[in-house]
Amino acid sequence: MSTTLDEMTVRTRATTSAELASGRESRETVGDVTSANPRMVCRHVDVFYGSTQAIKDVSLDIGKNEVVSMIGPSGCGKSTFLRCLNRMNDTIDGCRVTGSITLDGLDIYDKGLDPVPLRAQVGMVFQKPNPFPKSIYENVAYGPRILGLTNSKAELDDIIEGSLRKAGLWNEVKDRLDKPGTGLSGGQQQRLCIARTIAVSPEVILMDEPCSALDPIATAIIEELIDELRSNYSIAIVTHSMQQAARVSQRTAYFHLGDLIEVGETNQIFTNPKHKLTEDYITGRFG
Amino acid sequence: MHTSTLLILVLAFMSLAYYVGRKRAISTAGGVTRINTLHSLPVYYGLYAALWAGLPALLLMGLWAGFQDDILVALVKSELPATMLDGLSPGAASLLVNDIKNLASGAIVSRTPTPEMQLAADRYNLYNQFAVWAMWLAVSALALGGMAFAWLRTQPKMRARNRVESIFMAILVIFSSIAILTTLGIVLSVLFESMRFFQEVSPLEFFFGTLWSPQTALRADQIGASGAFGAVPLFTGTLMVSAIAMFVAVPIGLMSAIYLSEYAPRKVRAWAKPTLEVLAGVPTVVYGFFAALTVAPFIRELGMSMGLNVASESALAAGLVMGIMIIPFVSSLSEDVINAVPQAMRDGSYALGATQSETIRRVIIPAALPGIVGGILLAVSRAIGETMIVVMAAGLAANLTANPLESVTTVTVQIVTLLTGDQEFDSAKTMAAFALGLTLFVVTLTLNVIALHIVRKYREQYE
Repeated sequence: MSTTLDEMTVRTRATTSAELASGRESRETVGDVTSANPRMVCRHVDVFYGSTQAIKDVSLDIGKNEVVSMIGPSGCGKSTFLRCLNRMNDTIDGCRVTGSITLDGLDIYDKGLDPVPLRAQVGMVFQKPNPFPKSIYENVAYGPRILGLTNSKAELDDIIEGSLRKAGLWNEVKDRLDKPGTGLSGGQQQRLCIARTIAVSPEVILMDEPCSALDPIATAIIEELIDELRSNYSIAIVTHSMQQAARVSQRTAYFHLGDLIEVGETNQIFTNPKHKLTEDYITGRFG
Repeated sequence: MHTSTLLILVLAFMSLAYYVGRKRAISTAGGVTRINTLHSLPVYYGLYAALWAGLPALLLMGLWAGFQDDILVALVKSELPATMLDGLSPGAASLLVNDIKNLASGAIVSRTPTPEMQLAADRYNLYNQFAVWAMWLAVSALALGGMAFAWLRTQPKMRARNRVESIFMAILVIFSSIAILTTLGIVLSVLFESMRFFQEVSPLEFFFGTLWSPQTALRADQIGASGAFGAVPLFTGTLMVSAIAMFVAVPIGLMSAIYLSEYAPRKVRAWAKPTLEVLAGVPTVVYGFFAALTVAPFIRELGMSMGLNVASESALAAGLVMGIMIIPFVSSLSEDVINAVPQAMRDGSYALGATQSETIRRVIIPAALPGIVGGILLAVSRAIGETMIVVMAAGLAANLTANPLESVTTVTVQIVTLLTGDQEFDSAKTMAAFALGLTLFVVTLTLNVIALHIVRKYREQYE
């Protein structure tokens, strides 16, 4: 398995430089990019890092109460696309985004829009668990405190307990809320980060390979959690594991060298892919 | 026939040994094509031979140069007529020997030479000549012997690389222990001198006395030689100047570190950071006269215009300038720890809807705090030990005061004044400098150890 992945990476890089040199146009997306009940709507999104184009004309909807997974080889732009959805790319020097992305009909790249409150509405969980070097309680309380969500200690306690419960961590940590969050195991840390994200009641949760630093048991717990969270939130997840995409998501998007190649129901993508590249990728015959 | 010529000769032997050793290794292996049958590369056999030729010879040379004169003097002395040394004190005897040596080298002699002395001087010259020849012979023989030894031992199975590397490691150990032993020597000498001081002045008076007037009497009836060694005014003076310095350096340094690491565009950082670090490169003596000639008069004028009585050498002036000197320490150490806070922490905070200033205040600074505190402690120990600024800008009078507008003195200033000029080295006055130095050393060492411990602990947290 690992050899295949390595070969894939090497070949991808080779094609990238060759294709960049030829100035290739973007590819048409196969499948239906729209969602019946969309929360976020992205149309013709291009992302540039300096003069390099990382994302080419990508359109995709993220629907209410659904999990959209994004798969594709390394460097295909899926993480970049994810970071556009809550304007995390703003923190990177020389990054430019064009096209339109709306959240509940509001353009998030509108000049008058402040990205700070947006990020409270579109939360993000990162590849490596990144709890703050504070207590477990303070980690979850951080968001509600800075956003001023609560008026009293009791309200805050409720939010923290609720968030930790939703993240499936409450029973493990309820007796040691004052202990540092960095002292938890990797899987617990990642669930703490999810609890931290839930605590500010976002509408959309973005997950950037949330299980890649975790062992299979911790991964299984997080995957169950993602499925439960779907009833309240819209979730976009980037993953390298096709099994994970198949298990947790309703719709799957396949990215390749900055292009969105194919979008469709997860079942359809994994059993009956329409595009040759998608088929090659999911069957492991990449290239 | 100078020793340096011999040194060059030994070096020549070493390079010869290198080539011979290398050649020999290749030939025992059976030619250049069969080098792979050697245990090590031919270079190592060359180095092995060179080390055998050079090290014992150099060692002998060093020992010889160290002891030759003592042996010659003992020889000459033993051949002097017994009457000449009878009843001479050790000092007078060494004067006589010195005269004989001067006579031998043709320098000026402090007395009219007697025939016995002339004879002794001639003998000294003769022995000396003989000794130099003998050293040349012995050293060359040892170098050649070492070369021959290495030549005989060179064979493909010999592990030349391991041997050479262990010799180089031994050399590295010796050099690093020189640095450590020097530190140890300084500490011990300060410690012993301080103990001598504490035999004359009780530690109780030194550490808790409030009167500092380190004049000891040369004569019994001397006036104004009170000899009071209460160092408390010095400690409080040092503390006050350092505290003022930290009041200046910590906010300015920390703020500029935050600006440079979090807000400044790359272009600004590219020139602002080196500029700030230029402050660290200004010689302290320049800060000293800046403090004494510019800042102190300015503060006095300012105070007078407000009706305050300000000393011309106020603690405030010295402290302010010292604070400016320390800014780059605080800022560059703090910037390093702030930059060491992982980007993931910032991302995590931004992703929850925090602004940049909230992220800095509530995540980055708390995460970097241990490292910042460590940096500040290092700066404090630097402030306490700083000498030049306070010598020039702080006073000499040991006032016990909490008023920064008055003149105070510091531990370092007193050490300087106690030891400047001609001083007798056995009075309590001069030895007090060692006691002060020891106190200073213990305090700064403790601060440094604590600071380094904190900094290291913090670094481990993210690795």
